[in-house]
Amino acid sequence: MANTFADFTKGILKENPTYVQALGMCPTLATTTSAINGLGMGLATLAVLTMSNVVVSLVRKFIPEKVRIPAYIVIIASFVTIVDLLMHGFTYDLWKTLGLFIPLIVVNCIILGRAEAFASKNGVFRSLLDGLGMGVGFTLSLLLLGSIRELLGNGTIFGIKVWGDAFKLFMMILPPGAYIVLGLLAGLFNFIGIKRKAKIKG
Amino acid sequence: MMVRTFKTAAAPHIRHPDDTSKIMRDVLIALIPATIFSGFIFGWYAWILAIVGAFGGELIEYIIIRFFRKDKNFVPDGSASVTGLLLALNVSVKLPLWAFLVGLIFALVVGKHVYGGLGSNPFNPALVGRAFLMISFPVQMTTWVKPYWPKFWMSPWDMVTSATPLALLKEHGFSAASKVSTFDLFIGNVGGSVGEISALLLLIGFVYLLIKKRVTWHIPTSYIGTVLIISTIFWLVNPEKFGTPIFHILSGGLMLGALFMATDMVTSPVTPKGMLLFGAGCGAITMIIRYFGGYPEGVSFSILIMNAFVPLIDSLTKPHKFGEVKQNG
Repeated sequence: MANTFADFTKGILKENPTYVQALGMCPTLATTTSAINGLGMGLATLAVLTMSNVVVSLVRKFIPEKVRIPAYIVIIASFVTIVDLLMHGFTYDLWKTLGLFIPLIVVNCIILGRAEAFASKNGVFRSLLDGLGMGVGFTLSLLLLGSIRELLGNGTIFGIKVWGDAFKLFMMILPPGAYIVLGLLAGLFNFIGIKRKAKIKG
Repeated sequence: MMVRTFKTAAAPHIRHPDDTSKIMRDVLIALIPATIFSGFIFGWYAWILAIVGAFGGELIEYIIIRFFRKDKNFVPDGSASVTGLLLALNVSVKLPLWAFLVGLIFALVVGKHVYGGLGSNPFNPALVGRAFLMISFPVQMTTWVKPYWPKFWMSPWDMVTSATPLALLKEHGFSAASKVSTFDLFIGNVGGSVGEISALLLLIGFVYLLIKKRVTWHIPTSYIGTVLIISTIFWLVNPEKFGTPIFHILSGGLMLGALFMATDMVTSPVTPKGMLLFGAGCGAITMIIRYFGGYPEGVSFSILIMNAFVPLIDSLTKPHKFGEVKQNG
């Protein structure tokens, strides 16, 4: 049981997809201009990742080795289409802001990476937990990045005023801000990782 | 950087009195005339910016090294003072002090110490700070005041704003920009960033550095030479739209950039051939931004872009060992 629980938790800190594995950089950099955008993108990816992990795990024994990548892409694309239509219907403003980046979840390397590296080799339940863990890790990463950028760039979090116009670094909402905050957070996560390893060693 | 004492090495032992802090002291001395002059043009606030830059920079560096690197042997070497002073000379006098401090912290943390401190930074920290301020505070950084020689007692908030000659050239053509005489451009009686205005005083400072052998002539010569060649060609094509070569050499941040920013030892190539190539690249990018870019001035961005190419230039211009046989020749 401890093993299956680790499948879930490893995605959040130890193998965090964004800061430790550096996967899915395109949506991470492009959509985190605000906390709500980061959260929306993260949840959409979480949904697709979990469902595709389950289905890939279910059909893993029927797919011939040579055509597995196209087969995974078809499965992922189906779920992305579902998520895209749902978001269009129920969260229209967010769907408009995220725009092209929702269809682009198909080529997000976290999803294909987990399908190839985990779901195609493990059972359904563990794949579900892995997908959930990685998705939650990705969502939290994007939420953190989006919150920091929105706070520094606009003085708000989730549109709620923190210090408002008193301190605004316009650059943080622009692409350079994404790279700089991402770089510093990746450094911080690696620092935490190194400290944890040193602690385990004694 | 930490200055270590009691270093041992194999003989012969050659003593040389130069170290980082002496070089940095000479750079600071070279910048003093332009800094003092800026106060007489833009008011006392320019001096406040320069003083906060020079002392604040060193203090911020001390805090970073003492508390984040936990290095107890830190001896201030003046390199952060140079960064701070150069940043102060690179901003508009309308920039609030707190915004300047944010830029200074950004320059030293993200521009320098993230890469490992003095000697390891690929980009000129002062220019990283300037680019950060330029994008973060576009309004304050591009509001220029009219020169008020010699009313140093005036504060920048009482001053009338005006456009820089380069902005006039971009907006209204050369007939509007040439209202500022060439003599005013040369001595610095124009609007602009705090320390970039006086070509004369910056040249005097640079000659001091040349005499002290702290810099070589290669980068400024090829930088300004490239600007001269490109602006002459464009001037012959359309003098009203592109302006005269002498105007392009004296206006904007070209003198400050070519003489003091591009020649930064850490972020420029090491061989003379590489320096010439680096200066030519800076000059070409500056003129492309001035003629066709969104900003009226491109010196800081051009130096930052060429900083990124320095490792490539260094590996291309590696000198050959005596007697080396050409591979595949």
